[in-house]
Amino acid sequence: MTQTEFLNIVMPFKDKVFRLAKRLLVSTEEAEDATQEVLLKLWRNKTKIHEYKNVEAFSMTMTKNFCFDKLKSKQAQNLKIVHSNYEEKNTPLQKQVELNDSVNWVSKIIEELPEQQRMIVQLRDIEEYDFDEIAKMLDMNNTAVRVALSRARKTIREKLTKTHNYGVS
Amino acid sequence: MVLARIEELLEKYENGETTLNEEQQLKDYFSQETVAPHLEMYKPMFNYFLVNKQEQFTKDVPLKTKRTFNYKWISVAAVAVLMIGIYLTKEPIVDSYNEYAYGTYDKPEDALNEVSKQLAMISSHFNKGTQAVGYLGKVDEGTATLGYLNEIENTTSIIFKN
Repeated sequence: MTQTEFLNIVMPFKDKVFRLAKRLLVSTEEAEDATQEVLLKLWRNKTKIHEYKNVEAFSMTMTKNFCFDKLKSKQAQNLKIVHSNYEEKNTPLQKQVELNDSVNWVSKIIEELPEQQRMIVQLRDIEEYDFDEIAKMLDMNNTAVRVALSRARKTIREKLTKTHNYGVS
Repeated sequence: MVLARIEELLEKYENGETTLNEEQQLKDYFSQETVAPHLEMYKPMFNYFLVNKQEQFTKDVPLKTKRTFNYKWISVAAVAVLMIGIYLTKEPIVDSYNEYAYGTYDKPEDALNEVSKQLAMISSHFNKGTQAVGYLGKVDEGTATLGYLNEIENTTSIIFKN
């Protein structure tokens, strides 16, 4: 398989891999490294790539496992992943600033969710996969995915309502 | 869109029962400028989802195409070297062979005379050698005379018997 062929397969979902990695690892740099690692692993096994039924789902599972390993090893070393991606969003409008502010709140709220719920929210609400695909990727059953998703959504809503009503939670 | 419909969808959404299509409807609704005040808190959430989907992986992946050395080419190279070697050495071999094949004599008669001369010389030398070896016949004579020693043995045996 040539490089271009490989890239054609990988391009459509590399951003999804990156976003899932970022959801789990929080730090952009770590997520970039993880994505690179996942793509390189795929490249090294490119001869087997046609055997996979769904390369995208396979890659997402790989990403999940890779990030979990990463998190585990970080925990073992008693290190916290430090992230420094608080970018200034240059929007002159006050309204926009407020919106970004509350959008950041959402990101913080999602960060506080358990890892599994975080992943499911990422895969469903952001990447818009259907439940069967998510179940396959995370090696769970369909109902379990739904239950976890429902729980996550309720938590997000509750926390958002709080922030909305009192300004700061 | 009717507010009641949105509320109904939100309820379903929280229970994880919405389809992707219905979720898209919700996202569309909340990306509007104004939403119903009591639903305001959902706005950042759906906005966040939409914004987050834009994030891209921009880093390059160093894909190295491993050039695995094909050992077949070694044999091809070996054959090529062999052919060149044969081609380069072929001409001189043939030349020297030709030289020997036709000899240094122009006429076959001369060659025959020369050969018989050489052969005669060899045979004369050979005969000289065999003459020298002829003296070995004397050794045989010597051993024949030694035969008489047996008679001495006979007499001594007779003496020792008595």
